[in-house]
Amino acid sequence: MEPFVSHTGVVVPLDRANVDTDQIIPKQFLKSIRRTGFGDNLFDAWRYLDEGDIGMNANERRINHDFVLNAPRFADGSILLARDNFGCGSSREHAVWALAEYGFRCVIAPSFADIFFTNAQKNGLLLVVLPEPQIDALFSALATTVGFSLTVDLRGQRIDGDAFHATFDIEPERKRLLLEGMDDIGLTMRHADAIRAFEAAHRERQPWVFREGV
Amino acid sequence: MAGRTVYDKIWDAHAVAERDDGLTILYIDRHLLHEVTSPQAFEGLALAGRQPWRRDANLATPDHNVPTTNRAAGIDGIDDPVARTQVVTLDENCKRFAIEQFEMTDVRQGIVHVIGPEQGATLPGMTIVCGDSHTSTHGAFAALAHGIGTSEVEHVLATQCLVQRKSRNMRIVADGDLGAGVSAKDLILAIIGAIGTAGATGHAVEYGGSAVRGLSMEARMTLCNMSVEAGGRAGLVAVDDTTIDYVHGRPFAPVGALWDRAEEYWRGLKSDADASFDREVHLDASRIVPQVTWGTSPELVLGIDEAVPAPEAFDDPAKRELCERALDYMDLVPGTAMTDVAVDRVFIGSCTNGRIEDFRAAAAVLDGRKVAGSVTQALAVPGSGLVKQQAEAEGLDAIFKAAGFDWRDPGCSMCLAMNDDRLYPRERAAATSNRNFEGRQGYLGRTHLVSPAMAAAAAVAGHFADVREF
Repeated sequence: MEPFVSHTGVVVPLDRANVDTDQIIPKQFLKSIRRTGFGDNLFDAWRYLDEGDIGMNANERRINHDFVLNAPRFADGSILLARDNFGCGSSREHAVWALAEYGFRCVIAPSFADIFFTNAQKNGLLLVVLPEPQIDALFSALATTVGFSLTVDLRGQRIDGDAFHATFDIEPERKRLLLEGMDDIGLTMRHADAIRAFEAAHRERQPWVFREGV
Repeated sequence: MAGRTVYDKIWDAHAVAERDDGLTILYIDRHLLHEVTSPQAFEGLALAGRQPWRRDANLATPDHNVPTTNRAAGIDGIDDPVARTQVVTLDENCKRFAIEQFEMTDVRQGIVHVIGPEQGATLPGMTIVCGDSHTSTHGAFAALAHGIGTSEVEHVLATQCLVQRKSRNMRIVADGDLGAGVSAKDLILAIIGAIGTAGATGHAVEYGGSAVRGLSMEARMTLCNMSVEAGGRAGLVAVDDTTIDYVHGRPFAPVGALWDRAEEYWRGLKSDADASFDREVHLDASRIVPQVTWGTSPELVLGIDEAVPAPEAFDDPAKRELCERALDYMDLVPGTAMTDVAVDRVFIGSCTNGRIEDFRAAAAVLDGRKVAGSVTQALAVPGSGLVKQQAEAEGLDAIFKAAGFDWRDPGCSMCLAMNDDRLYPRERAAATSNRNFEGRQGYLGRTHLVSPAMAAAAAVAGHFADVREF
């Protein structure tokens, strides 16, 4: 996993609430058995005017020029500014893979759906929760300033841009995992002895959970 | 010690260790797998040279993109080569890691959230996870069950644990009796309409009250299934006689002395009288009428006797904009009575409403009636091979077919349209599934969520109709 320490990039505004993972990556792309190849299909139904399918060449598709991701000024966007309940719906981690492969390193919103929040963490995509007034201020800044960019400093838990300054909260362990790009499984494996001990006791207490001879 | 909720009790019984940062390593009893969210997890496991921690915790079945016709042909019957590869990959991974799988041609195959309870693989008090958000379904058994992403699927395979932050406790109490023609689906849609799609975010939701106590296990599954549409990862119902009676005799359930021990433990899975909830919501179930969603989020829902709202009806500017966008996408005009909205396709099935009682409820409406000529297709897709078998034993298939429905083989089908069952652009569906998001059931398709009885009524009328008048 790529560590996240600090990132400066162009901010892309996605001004709608309840953006669900079906919109972030539509179901037809979930047939892939790989972790890569989703970037061109991020927000597929909004980004293109034709119906997308797995294996299509993005260069030959009809672009929806009204969609924010296709505006030339946001072409290099790497920070997504979103509204409430971003990432709701399906648990598909493909949504995070698509955002990351497209080039997003950070999503800023007033709130995120629970499963999406965990999935992002596992892939080094930093999710920052800011209060509504600050989110509104960022949308306003984007409306008036071409090329508006932000620096997201995870170590200092700060977001800074032209006339915009904010701090954000993050759990210490989540921060450490992101800063070090650490493998979560390896971390849990350090507790292998405790898991084995728990399991043995659990088997005594609730033997019906375990299926013998399977 | 302060009283504990059901959620607290299950959590405490599975907490392996607390990390320095306060996150808990939580032991997982049951892990359900399907073809769509597992291949990358198995690949990661293989690349790291790891083995599943406890093979007998896992149960797999293909469901998301299997076709619902020609089941006897098995994998060879999948025309789409990409979908076939995914099902073949699940097969190969289950063989390689010695994980039990109900293959496509096994009568026990079906939607993961239907087969878990059906087999007794879902038991009260368990922690249950699956790479699918509707894992919340299993909470109907007072199990702590929730969806996970693919990285967590790999984490559970490798360590039998998840790293979790404890959710807050929320209780939704529905008192009073549901009226005739009003089902658990209407109850959960009304709840989502009341609290919104983020209303339960960060919470484990316990459903209680006399209306919930009066529900069958299948109806409770419908209720818990859509907890995730309210933002809650998990939904739970406390154990009572209904729970115990349902589990007894299931293939994976304990027997003999072990059953007695289990039952004694399970009966304690209810919230203590002095347990406190961070949030409580109360509803009068007797006031709920059959529900139908009109927009592109499950919270945009109405009673069948209501009309499509205008953006001005919403005070919050964000909601107003959501309403405008939904009206545009759904091609609806404010003020239109829901009973005047015509449907092109009808879908009865899914992990929300693909169980035997759902087909009985729909068949009761369809018996002696015909699907309207204006309806392009009406699909009935049982949630599992055993549901299909049971329905056929009761003669329900004959009622569906006589009415003009297609009677299909089990799978997720048109709920998410990964197979050939789908809406075509601008078609409108009455669906018993769980999400009405843009494009969910097919590119540019328009979905209205309803109960099975309401879907059957819409099929017969050719437009949404109040099933209480049937």
